[in-house]
Amino acid sequence: MHTPHLLSINDLTKSEALEILDTARELSRITDGAIKKLPTLRGRTVVNLFFEDSTRTRLSFEAAAKRLSAEVINFSAKGSSVSKGESLKDTAQTLEAMGAELMIIRHPTSGSAQRLAESGWVKSHIVNAGDGMHEHPTQALLDAYTIRSHFPEHDRDFTGLRIGIVGDILHSRVARSNVLLLTALGARVVLIGPPTLIPVGAYSWPVDISYNLDEEIGTLDAIMMLRVQSERMSDAFFPTEREYARDFGLGTQRLKSLRKSAIIMHPGPMNRGLEISAASADSPQSVILEQVANGVLVRMAVLYLLMGGTSIPTEGVLV
Amino acid sequence: MSNSDFHLKNVVMSDGSSVEIEVREHRIARIGTTLETDLPAVEGHGAMVLPGLVDLHTHLREPGKENSETVLSGSQAAIKGGYTALSAMANTSPVADTAGVVEQVARLGKEAGLCDVFPIGAVTVGLKGESLAELSAMAQSAARVRIFSDDGHCISDPLLMRRALEYVKACGGVIAQHAQDPLLTVGSQMNEGIVSSRLGLKGWPTVAEESIIARDILMAHYVQSRLHICHLTTKGGVELVRWAKSQGIAVTAEVTPHHLMLTDDLAESYDPVYKVNPPLRTAADVQALREGLADGTIDIVATDHAPHPAEDKDCEWSAAAFGMIGLETALSIVAKAMIETGLMDWDTLVKRMSTMPAAIGGYEDHGTLAIGRTANFMVVDPNATWKVDRNHLFSRSSNTPFHDFTLPAPVIHTFFRGVHVLRDGQLTGLKYE
Repeated sequence: MHTPHLLSINDLTKSEALEILDTARELSRITDGAIKKLPTLRGRTVVNLFFEDSTRTRLSFEAAAKRLSAEVINFSAKGSSVSKGESLKDTAQTLEAMGAELMIIRHPTSGSAQRLAESGWVKSHIVNAGDGMHEHPTQALLDAYTIRSHFPEHDRDFTGLRIGIVGDILHSRVARSNVLLLTALGARVVLIGPPTLIPVGAYSWPVDISYNLDEEIGTLDAIMMLRVQSERMSDAFFPTEREYARDFGLGTQRLKSLRKSAIIMHPGPMNRGLEISAASADSPQSVILEQVANGVLVRMAVLYLLMGGTSIPTEGVLV
Repeated sequence: MSNSDFHLKNVVMSDGSSVEIEVREHRIARIGTTLETDLPAVEGHGAMVLPGLVDLHTHLREPGKENSETVLSGSQAAIKGGYTALSAMANTSPVADTAGVVEQVARLGKEAGLCDVFPIGAVTVGLKGESLAELSAMAQSAARVRIFSDDGHCISDPLLMRRALEYVKACGGVIAQHAQDPLLTVGSQMNEGIVSSRLGLKGWPTVAEESIIARDILMAHYVQSRLHICHLTTKGGVELVRWAKSQGIAVTAEVTPHHLMLTDDLAESYDPVYKVNPPLRTAADVQALREGLADGTIDIVATDHAPHPAEDKDCEWSAAAFGMIGLETALSIVAKAMIETGLMDWDTLVKRMSTMPAAIGGYEDHGTLAIGRTANFMVVDPNATWKVDRNHLFSRSSNTPFHDFTLPAPVIHTFFRGVHVLRDGQLTGLKYE
């Protein structure tokens, strides 16, 4: 990859995105058998710099780093860095002084990862693990990985696939990264949600926009349900949870309208009964747990490629 | 003969005519093509002499945040930019909402002695938007406050705004409104639009500015008072002010140099040097602001000079403070945006940056270059250029968005009440006492 950081899907060309997905698949093949751990990053130090609670994402990155034999330092600060205490700059410089070479940053405010990479505060590689409402590039990569594993005829190009992203697009970094990546790979993306949760500028994006899930559901090859944050209620984005679930939830009845070949996705954690019913989450069409497993592989690939790897060792070494 | 008397030769007026100017006892004694005089000469080298610029919107940070600016350092930045009068915004700590605080700021300005510092009084106690400050006491104080503003905060309560507009009629004052509906802009970080949607930064919609402007224009008309709109940023806002003027409503408006030059695309870097309130808008807004300034819909340029210490900008976007400094670059930016583009001539620039702001503020010693007037003027070289270096500014802060820009029209000399306070772009150490 030409970029020292992964801050945004925009940092990647289509071929680089495919290189990450191919690398992840190769890592999957290697680590599928007896060999679970590769020595590739032995002696290298990776930091999880988490300014926002996200146990899942942190564990996924930690698992990925450890399977590549890297040392992992975990830093987590509850609440935002804006609140009193050490600044992002000071925290990052402190951790780099402890030997960090790559920082995985999760931060409640948009642009923090890019700022860390471009401000000159540190020299480390930076991986964006979710910044505010901006992006979550490894989530999009694992989603793309999951989609292509179910549509092998679209292995190198998603042209012809129609993918729905449903719910709170406005506040979703997952949606922003997925729009960039899936459209770059050739898919047609349709954003579905109440007008209050569609960003003003989304009308300039290369996507379709719909306020009606029932009109769209039968056209989709994959449906991605976004988590509804409870605080959106108090901000009057929609009247009640019940009305939201009725119009935009993947309920048991609506599930029947989904094509049999379509897959159901969710970045987690789910609100069962709100944006997704138990029947949908647990249906044979659901690939939600595959997404979790693929997340580790894709993050291994990202760490591997950013930290200087060029080719995968064909013979794994047990360590 | 006062020891500051002198004779400025070899300069041109904004209409291009060659003149010499004789200054005696802090006033302009004579203006002529050639003057017989025994006073010491200041050589103008053919540069342009203009009345000293007047800023109606300056944040000087003293009292309270002297690490980012003081009345003295702000005055130095002002004369570097060709200004001879500043209007110190009320959001200091303590807030300038009493006669005591405005008199303190006025006194600090006099002690600095580099330009006139006119305090602006807060409209509401503590800028809280709840109850009127003692506007009359500030008006009758030694600071003689005539402009009142809660700048940084919108007076959003319509009843309070009505009362304020009515009340200042007694002192001939004006309410300078920061037009920003607070409920439409909770937590907002930048202009709401295509860029904010992509960047995931919470948007500041243009309608939050325009709805307040529309309301206040109607209110000013209804109570027959004077309204001044601070830092207009939107195309729709320009159209509203244009309509109000066509109806004969007593509204004036200002635009900042940065809103005449920069767009919200700059937020792509997430560099908080571009974080400002109201935010940078789109190219269409910039074009409308330029046209509005050229045709007089927008009466004046005001800097909204807002110094911040390095740590408030050397951080992530959302943690950073809003604001940019502008005193030292204002004239050059307006020259670049308006004169180099052919939208405006120097005569009009003088009206927008000196004559009109002096008239709105009631600053009688400023705004005009004429015989008998106080000698507040400056010399600018319209044909030279200079490079902005944020590490070598007179302001105590360095948060300029124009670092490394090569700009036209450096200020060569500034004369405050006849005192040669800036010579060849450098402080002379002289001051008016």
